[in-house]
Amino acid sequence: MIRFDNVTKVYPKQNRPALRDITLEVERGEFVFLVGSSGSGKSTFLRLILREERATQGQVHVLGKDLARLSNWKVPQMRRQLGNVFQDFRLLPNKTVGENVAFAQEVIGKSRGEIRKSVPQVLDLVGLGGKEDRMPGELSGGEQQRVAIARAFVNRPKLLICDEPTGNLDPQTSVGIMKLLDRINRTGTTVVMATHDQNIVDQMRKRVIELEKGRLVRDQARGVYGYQH
Amino acid sequence: MRLQFVMSEIRVGLRRNLTMTFAVVVSVALSLTLLGGAILLRDQVSAMKGYWYDKVNVSIFLCNKSDAESDPNCAKGAVTADQKKQIVADLDEMKIVDDVVHESQDDAYKHYKEQFGDSPLAATLTPDQMQESYRIKLTDPEKYEVIATAFDGREGVQSVQDQKGILDNLFTMLGMLSTAALALMAVMLVVAMLLIVNTVRVSAFSRRRETGIMRLVGASGFYIQAPFIMEAAVAGLIGGALACVFLVLGRFFTIDSGMALSERLTLINFVGWDALLTKLPLILAISFLMPALAAFFALRKYLKV
Repeated sequence: MIRFDNVTKVYPKQNRPALRDITLEVERGEFVFLVGSSGSGKSTFLRLILREERATQGQVHVLGKDLARLSNWKVPQMRRQLGNVFQDFRLLPNKTVGENVAFAQEVIGKSRGEIRKSVPQVLDLVGLGGKEDRMPGELSGGEQQRVAIARAFVNRPKLLICDEPTGNLDPQTSVGIMKLLDRINRTGTTVVMATHDQNIVDQMRKRVIELEKGRLVRDQARGVYGYQH
Repeated sequence: MRLQFVMSEIRVGLRRNLTMTFAVVVSVALSLTLLGGAILLRDQVSAMKGYWYDKVNVSIFLCNKSDAESDPNCAKGAVTADQKKQIVADLDEMKIVDDVVHESQDDAYKHYKEQFGDSPLAATLTPDQMQESYRIKLTDPEKYEVIATAFDGREGVQSVQDQKGILDNLFTMLGMLSTAALALMAVMLVVAMLLIVNTVRVSAFSRRRETGIMRLVGASGFYIQAPFIMEAAVAGLIGGALACVFLVLGRFFTIDSGMALSERLTLINFVGWDALLTKLPLILAISFLMPALAAFFALRKYLKV
């Protein structure tokens, strides 16, 4: 699903690499936590998978494709197989819940019939059935994040990338979101989630990848968040 | 691609930047009106020059039957074959004559029809009312007087005309006017393009959340850019349509009605409506292609896809 071979990323005008010589593999259907303090390279790691950035050295394979060799015009096709969830939800405030989810399908040219069928379906899946016509501003943070997850999942991606999805939520709500992500994972979707949330990582007991100053310092199956820093 | 979705994006975008859109529409309308005006002015000049203007310097007009009655220069009747021979022989001997073309009455009729085809006067004319003439090209156009003194008043000659002298000043002025209009048009068009670049930058910024999401869910670059490009094209097209309206009204109120130049200056052969109407598709095409192109290049800079 994802393979990094000796990947190093150096941003222009910076001496210290954001990632140093990372080699790892994520299998299809895995659930992976990406942990590490701010500036450890988590975001860069995710941006490389999305091909928002390109590796300075080494190779990144996503869904069997070498991203360095993927031409620019093929990137959108690749991204249709990825879903994204962010800490700040990134919903469109002037569109309803249903429209926000439909947007992800409209812009890749899905037919209206298809959209009308899949939007209520995915909203049911995330537990927001019947809230199609609400505006995002009327919803709680947890519900907004569910809308964002519905939007990320409506095109049935093979890989879901979550950048601190519970970072803005209280512990109770976070548990709900994690249950949802776990359910999505059980449908066969690979999930990679960057997080600072120690409780969640410790509870879920999934694979944990820890980065520190751009280096891979731990890759542990059924791991915990780490030692107290 | 879902047309309806794109159309609604365009509508929202144009409304969001209403003041900018207005500025783009006005500047495109003005610049293309000037462009149309300049092109029509050129057409007008070449229509007025007629068949002989660029080919000869001096014309010797010969008497015809009707001149014999009306024109004192032709009191002795229409030109005879002998008189014509004499004129040709004399012209052949003059060194400043470069070339002589004989225009028969039939030729004159044909050329007149070409130039004034749709005027009411042309309908009543017959070939034998036309004047035969010798059209002369000089080695030195300034020496027109030599021909005038040699042939003016001769039997069978109705008049000698220096064709360029009369109209040159007018044509120079019209030419300069058209060049000035083109220069102004160029400036306006640059202004319009800069406005479009700026509009695109503003709307790319105000829609960065949407475009960011589009990018991440895998919308193609074309799909992301299309609304911006179409926005510029639509604004430009509105400007182009306005320019067409301005041109049509402009012609109507200066030539046909209002100033009514066609009634006051009956001798001038004004360019017809067809000349104007055939320019309009060109103006419309420019009005949406140029802004679309400007938007496209602006997007490369301001919108990551």
